[in-house]
Amino acid sequence: MAHGFAMEKRVTFKGMWLPLLLIAPQIVITAVFFFYPAGQAIWQSLFIPDPFGLSMQWVGLGNFEFLLKDPFYRASFVTTAIFSTLVTVVSMGVALYLAVLADRLIKGSGTYRTLLIWPYAVAPAVAGVLWLFMFNTRVGVVTWYLGLLGYDWNHVLNDSEAMGLVVVASAWGRVSYNFLFFLAGLQAIPKSVIEAAAIDGARFWTRFRTIVFPLLSPTTFFLLVVNIIYAFFETFGVIHTITGGGPQQATTILVYKVYSDGFVGQDLGSSAAQSVILLVIVSILTVVQFKYIERRVHY
Amino acid sequence: MATVTLENLRKSYGKTEVIHGVDIDITDGEFIVIVGPSGCGKSTLLRMVAGLETVTSGDIQIDGRNVNSVEPMDRDIAMVFQNYALYPHMSVFDNMAYGLKIAKVPKDEIAKRVANAAEILQLEPYLKRKPRELSGGQRQRVAMGRAIVRKPAVFLFDEPLSNLDAKLRVQMRLEIKALQRDLGVTSLYVTHDQVEAMTLADRMIVMNSGVADQIGKPLDVYADPATEFVAGFIGSPPTNFLDAGQLGRRVEGGAKVGIRPEHIRIVPQTETDFAGKVVYSEPLGAETLVHLKLLDGEDVTVRQEGALPIPEEGESCGLSWEAKDEMIFSEDGSRVRQSGS
Repeated sequence: MAHGFAMEKRVTFKGMWLPLLLIAPQIVITAVFFFYPAGQAIWQSLFIPDPFGLSMQWVGLGNFEFLLKDPFYRASFVTTAIFSTLVTVVSMGVALYLAVLADRLIKGSGTYRTLLIWPYAVAPAVAGVLWLFMFNTRVGVVTWYLGLLGYDWNHVLNDSEAMGLVVVASAWGRVSYNFLFFLAGLQAIPKSVIEAAAIDGARFWTRFRTIVFPLLSPTTFFLLVVNIIYAFFETFGVIHTITGGGPQQATTILVYKVYSDGFVGQDLGSSAAQSVILLVIVSILTVVQFKYIERRVHY
Repeated sequence: MATVTLENLRKSYGKTEVIHGVDIDITDGEFIVIVGPSGCGKSTLLRMVAGLETVTSGDIQIDGRNVNSVEPMDRDIAMVFQNYALYPHMSVFDNMAYGLKIAKVPKDEIAKRVANAAEILQLEPYLKRKPRELSGGQRQRVAMGRAIVRKPAVFLFDEPLSNLDAKLRVQMRLEIKALQRDLGVTSLYVTHDQVEAMTLADRMIVMNSGVADQIGKPLDVYADPATEFVAGFIGSPPTNFLDAGQLGRRVEGGAKVGIRPEHIRIVPQTETDFAGKVVYSEPLGAETLVHLKLLDGEDVTVRQEGALPIPEEGESCGLSWEAKDEMIFSEDGSRVRQSGS
């Protein structure tokens, strides 16, 4: 997090071999699971393989050129923007609300906290299946209740219902994580500052707006970046189990399109190019996170 | 400007009562200091007046109005916290203006009041700074400024000087006193430091485990403590307590005799029945503190003029005092008054 790095302790090594040996595992893991595939993706993005994967044809930046002109790819960008905004706003909003309530709680806060943390332990794909069953168009319990209310739920056919469902399912597991950080952030605000504001005449909502929220901003900013990255990448499992990117392309976010174009559509060149674009996006997000989290949001 | 009345004020956490009924009528403009050791309930008492702690039973009235169930913001009070509780993300100006902005005071009026407070507290060069860019003393002033711009009916101070170094503490103490005199605002001030209590208070409340042992003017409390606790807590070095039986003082119900260090004189052994061995002496210049051990093992401190000869370590001395300076306390610590004294 933003604070806490102040008490740095430096150890100096005399030789060169021990430090190299100590960082070797990390280097190896990064190399095998990141640099090698990333390099492969960049390399592949410059070719078009034939459908059987027997030969490759050099196309330079052709894949990228094609993607930027492709209306489906552009639509996927918009879908991703909508999806990640909604997931981030919903999961952070709900988490903040729950954290504010938990912060006021004196008795039973341990139980409350534990219960709220549980969803985090559920793998995204499992969470997806869970929500899928509840909203199943034929046997889903929520669908049935909605039917009683006269609402005909069908996310298989309806674009916005499909989007709504994957957003809720993705945000649900994320609330726990955000909740923990928000709660820690709230508890780090000195009680006396809140009391001083109360004596100064600020009621709950004014206090929240003028004191609590600004003091939470390092936490909020951190979570914002982390949640956007989550919505971009880790929601694959949820989308794959619930909608498979459909109906049509309504829930095909960028990372899902990498998969469906590459492994379903067998267009490995385009898929690789899309991975490279995602790589650039996540790099920018990370740079933003590191650059701004230390400075701008600190009071 | 307001009066404050506490009536049989009690506070319990669950089954544990921590404030056992405090009564006091505070007149308009009075400076009341609540003093006691840590854990005696003095901060809790103040926080009840502030509305930050609920009242278990009894009444708090500010200017004749019962405020038991009134929110802190509606009590017309201002509070200075021990850790200052400044808003870290706001400038000094905004810290002081915060309450006024919420009260929807017009902008030019806010500017005027903050400027005025800044002038009084010598904060003018720092108005644009954030609290973290200020020293402890300056932060303390901002906290004071935040309290005075709102022109509250009552000031509450919760150990406001305990985070400052000794020199600054003395200086701020004088400033707080002068400021309170100028503004004439009724004030409640909590401290564990009996010197602060003695110097600031019009009247002080000496708290001992949730009970107000004595309420009175500082010098009256000093001269005539109501309990053994008060005699021991107010005054430095503290009152000497001697076993009444050993001294041969036969007062009904009396168990202990208290004598202030300045009331004991060191005399030649031939002139008195009491003698002790000097353990060590502390010459402080204007005065000397002589610590002795009596023959029965009790410790006694004598405070004498710095000009008098300083007894050697291990020297045996006679001790003498006047009977009128003896304070007699019963087994449970309450004062035993002899008829006619």
